[in-house]
Amino acid sequence: MMISQFFVLSQRGDNIVFRDYRAEVPKGSTETFFRKVKFWKEDGNAEAPPIFFSLNVDGVNYFHVKVVGLYFVATTRVNVSPSLVLELLQRIARVIKDYLGVLNEDSFRKNFVLVYELLDEVIDFGYVQTTSTEVLKSYVFNEPIVIAPARLQPIDPAAIFTQGAKRMPGTAVTKSVVANDPSGRRREEIFVDIIEKISVTFSSSGYILTSEIDGTIQMKSYLSGNPEIRIALNEDLNIGRGGRSVYGIASFTPYYRSSSGSGVILDDCNFHESVRLDSFDSDRTLSLVPPDGEFPVMNYRMTQEFKPPFHVNTLIEEAGRLKAEVIIKIRAEFPSDIIANTITVQMPLPNFTSRASFELEPGAAGQKTDFKESNKMLEWSLKKASIVGGAEHTLRAKLTFSQEFHGNITKEAGPVSMTFTIPMYNVSKLQVKYLQIAKKSSSYNPYRWVRYVTQANSYVARI
Amino acid sequence: MPPPAASSRYPSPSQPSGKSEVTDLKSQLRQLAGSRAPGVDDSKRDLFKKVISYMTIGIDVSSVFGEMVMCSATSDIVLKKMCYLYVGNYAKGNPDLSLLTINFLQRDCKDEDPMIRGLALRSLCSLRVPNLVEYLLGPLGSGLKDNNSYVRTIAVTGVLKLYHISASTCIDAEFPATLKSLMLHDSDAQVVANCLAALQEIWSLEASHSEEACREKESLLSKPLIYYFLNRIKEFNEWAQCLILELAVKYVPSDSNDIFDIMNLLEDRLQHANGAVVLATVKVFLQLTLSMTDVHQQVCAIVSVYERIKSPLLTLVSSGSPEQSYAILSHLHLLVVRAPFIFASDYKHFYCQYNEPSYVKKLKLEMLTAIANESNTYEIVTELCEYAANVDIEIARESIRAVGKIALQQYDVNAIVDRLLQFLEMEKDYVTAETLVLVKDLLRKHPQWSHDCISVVGGISSKNIQEPKAKAALIWMLGEYAQDMSDAPYILENLIENWEEEHSAEVRLHLLTAAMKCFFKRAPETQKALGIALAAGIADFHQDVHDRALFYYRVLQYDVHVAESVVSPPQQAVSAFADTQSSEIKDRIFDEFNSLSVIYQKPSYMFTDKEHRGPFEFSEELGSTSITPEVSSDIVPAQQFEANDKDLLLSTDEKDDNKGLSSNNCSAYTAPYESSNISSQMQELAISGPAASATTTQSSFDFDDLLGLGLSAAPAPTPSPPLLKLNPRASLDPRAFQQKWRQLPISLTQEYSVNPQGIAALTVPQSLIKHMQSHSIHCIASGGQSPNFKFFFFAQKEAEPSDYLTECIINSSSAKAQIKVKADDQSTSQAFATVFETALSKFGMP
Repeated sequence: MMISQFFVLSQRGDNIVFRDYRAEVPKGSTETFFRKVKFWKEDGNAEAPPIFFSLNVDGVNYFHVKVVGLYFVATTRVNVSPSLVLELLQRIARVIKDYLGVLNEDSFRKNFVLVYELLDEVIDFGYVQTTSTEVLKSYVFNEPIVIAPARLQPIDPAAIFTQGAKRMPGTAVTKSVVANDPSGRRREEIFVDIIEKISVTFSSSGYILTSEIDGTIQMKSYLSGNPEIRIALNEDLNIGRGGRSVYGIASFTPYYRSSSGSGVILDDCNFHESVRLDSFDSDRTLSLVPPDGEFPVMNYRMTQEFKPPFHVNTLIEEAGRLKAEVIIKIRAEFPSDIIANTITVQMPLPNFTSRASFELEPGAAGQKTDFKESNKMLEWSLKKASIVGGAEHTLRAKLTFSQEFHGNITKEAGPVSMTFTIPMYNVSKLQVKYLQIAKKSSSYNPYRWVRYVTQANSYVARI
Repeated sequence: MPPPAASSRYPSPSQPSGKSEVTDLKSQLRQLAGSRAPGVDDSKRDLFKKVISYMTIGIDVSSVFGEMVMCSATSDIVLKKMCYLYVGNYAKGNPDLSLLTINFLQRDCKDEDPMIRGLALRSLCSLRVPNLVEYLLGPLGSGLKDNNSYVRTIAVTGVLKLYHISASTCIDAEFPATLKSLMLHDSDAQVVANCLAALQEIWSLEASHSEEACREKESLLSKPLIYYFLNRIKEFNEWAQCLILELAVKYVPSDSNDIFDIMNLLEDRLQHANGAVVLATVKVFLQLTLSMTDVHQQVCAIVSVYERIKSPLLTLVSSGSPEQSYAILSHLHLLVVRAPFIFASDYKHFYCQYNEPSYVKKLKLEMLTAIANESNTYEIVTELCEYAANVDIEIARESIRAVGKIALQQYDVNAIVDRLLQFLEMEKDYVTAETLVLVKDLLRKHPQWSHDCISVVGGISSKNIQEPKAKAALIWMLGEYAQDMSDAPYILENLIENWEEEHSAEVRLHLLTAAMKCFFKRAPETQKALGIALAAGIADFHQDVHDRALFYYRVLQYDVHVAESVVSPPQQAVSAFADTQSSEIKDRIFDEFNSLSVIYQKPSYMFTDKEHRGPFEFSEELGSTSITPEVSSDIVPAQQFEANDKDLLLSTDEKDDNKGLSSNNCSAYTAPYESSNISSQMQELAISGPAASATTTQSSFDFDDLLGLGLSAAPAPTPSPPLLKLNPRASLDPRAFQQKWRQLPISLTQEYSVNPQGIAALTVPQSLIKHMQSHSIHCIASGGQSPNFKFFFFAQKEAEPSDYLTECIINSSSAKAQIKVKADDQSTSQAFATVFETALSKFGMP
């Protein structure tokens, strides 16, 4: 299970950090890797898979994950567990982010010595030692050079939780777990985020073909002294398959919990290793002593029916020999006190489309339309605050074709896909009923933030 | 085209152009070296940072080694760390200078701060300079006894580093024994985990030449030790848990209770958020069930394990990054292909999402193809048809191929044929091209659909088809169904007239054949075109095209009816298309679950050399080599094909057991030995006629001479007749073999050359297996593909039950065979090796 090297490359292929742990991979592995990834298309594949080997070049296996546009790469000559290495790469990225507050090329370059320090403790001779920010804290001595938050406002990940006027502390999640606040004291606070990514496919007649919610309860604790925390979830929460299977000669079939039809039914879930489930079966509470840094307390998956937040209606019709019209209608199916943001709608148009002219509804504000000639893509974006619950918006597009076309035009266009973010709303109805922090003293009352957000993963309507 | 390596490094602003920067650094460092001025540490930090930054981007800063060491006299831990990093990177290339660092590192190893002790020890062991190893022993020894666990964890890994620099020094200092005792008694989980990792690596490498190491390696798999780890698995961090689970995979449980105990102990590991932990647990479960002896129990257990692991794996697929999903999905893919019926109702999970990377989509398409059955085919094919219009052309093509594959594996293809034909109406070049190839395959299997297909295919203009494969398919159909397509001769004629413009030899070959077939059915209309085709073909520069044209021409000249019976025999439906991967290879991949083999869909020996097969080395020995069912296949009747879905879950050795038991017919199991019976008679025959065989050998050499192969050297001298008598009817069951192989030490390792005739005969492993059997050496497992073949043989003394086990690796390109012999009676292993060599040397001789 050992790796040989770890390195991080920029999008241009520059080494940002490079650590060789076992000196068994020939020189030039970074170049070999970068060339392979850049020119993967030759093999008729759009994107290099995260794991490949180059037997004819150097017999080295390359693993990579892409995080904020950077390549996190590990090499090995051993037949290792692929999940282990990919998980490790992701985890290294997370640890670094915990330290730097913000993970990007700039913060990386400014802090590369700190990163080396981390890498030395995370892996020794290719074997993983620890990826816990908590544990690493006692071994790492460099102070992170934190990038001014002002500089990254537009990509501030905290922005996704911002719901209208209800401001959440925007800088908090971009705060380093170790750096001292400029004010000299740390604010005692804890964030629990319920993030749900939804995938829905609508048939051409508007019927739901598939739907799934992939949720995570993510935690980031800035509490000093690691107090114990209890999180209570919905009492009517059911997990499709009973907690444990018991294996024995007499019983092979896993034990199924009889799930009553009502309530929130998860298909399955998994937990962070710090989570104790002693009372989960009886009262749906999770208890844990949160380690420093950001981590998922629980991941869950749900295929139970839910109401999709947007309804999409698309029509494409021929209008003469070289013309066609597209009408896309979206309707927000959530309460009117909820506002969705960063909505984009995309639709591939027929290959022979040469021009598209758009017509928005009268008085439409904050909407943008575009026709990308290169990949024949229609794009419609609706800026924040323009979609409140219950609202409906329509786009009309007139297409001009460069050649005459026979056959079924609906086979040449679509499907329509949507991306969106809906803060303070979750479709699964899974809730954190309370968040209890073991008290150190009567005056101890840290800030606790429980935030919900729903995002589109693959939201597709066929036409 | 990828640019050459030299130009691939993109200039970056931080990259200095010449050596002047390094020289600058050198002088600045020198100035600071002796300075005790306040703030000097800050300046040093800045300079050190620069050095490390140059090092990172690949600039050689080894020339400042001396200055760096001089500056290292500091109490600033950040500075120390940077210095250690630098030294570790350049020590190997500057062994002399490295001596300079020994002093300060050794001093730091005695520092009162455990952090400094640990860091210094780590750096000291990372120098990788062989002639400095003597300096390591002291600090390592005290590091292992340090009262701080951080220092101990580093010391343990340090032992492993030392082993890689100088194995003998490490063994002589008896560090492995110290690690073993630490592993059993240390209170710190990470120390224990590092001991396990180090010992596994050391003993695995030592095992090839030390019996003691073999035993030690085995002892890691003893029941008490396995339970020692499993019972406290939660005390370890997730990565160490993976290490322990990998160890547990190799454990051979004593009975069913043992199996269930372990499964119950590990059950909650399936709920872990770390995919690596979950997959490692899954592997333990799969291996445990495979080791069950009761077949009925086993099948139940396997089904329940599959049912149990399905959900957690699906959750991991959707909760991680695309890269992590891909790794998990590859494993699900393997399970799905092995047991499609268990996943049949989960097909919707494998629908593609529009924003997934294509490497994920491809896997999903294959999985959908695998799980399509009567109940879900309609939905799956409907979904796949949606992808055919996908913007990603590669995925669109794959989707169409998937529909075709489903059509080929289904009994009721009615609806699918309609869909396929609809693809042709989409009028997209690549869709049409893919579909034509599929329609051709479909017609070969289900000729009854020709009517529907031909009417649609007939409407396609050959001008719109550019891709050679599609064009060839269309031409094949024109020839095959010439009687049903009114204008077939004219389309062919048209194509033949453009012979010169046809660049693909494959298409030209098909044109020739199609013209022939068409001629036999509609001679008057085709005669002229055929003439042109044959003339053009004979003049063709492509060897195959030329040969085929000439052959057609001559066979027509000889007798038209004979020609027809050769070129256009009555149509016969193809019952099954050859599978691209043998079940043997699939089994091997399955045995290497949770490794790269699953990702590459190749067993490890195909992409990695032996020394790097890593933690799977144990199982690699035999467990993963499938037991040769081929030997029996020609004797066993239809039974082989009865393999039901459940059989797929079993590894082959169990499969054999299962078959023997479930069919109440033991012929399958004993068959190989019956055949060995026959061959032993043959052996007698061969021995009785040495003169005859000698002459044939001679003649074959003559023939080689004729071909100018330069084999003028005398044939290898025949080794003296063997003294050892082997039992021609020896039997050993695979499990016993496996057990023995693990227990016995290697008594002999040898390398032989294989004669060219032997290499020529070794196109398939079976040929050698049969040959060796005729010498009373029986094959129990084999694997590999040209040029690398691997066999496990066994033989038994005629008089007493004393076994010889042999691993034989043959590389056909180097014509070398490497054998490892293990024997109950080691004193006779040389005699056995002689028998083996004699037998091998006769391989391929007539």
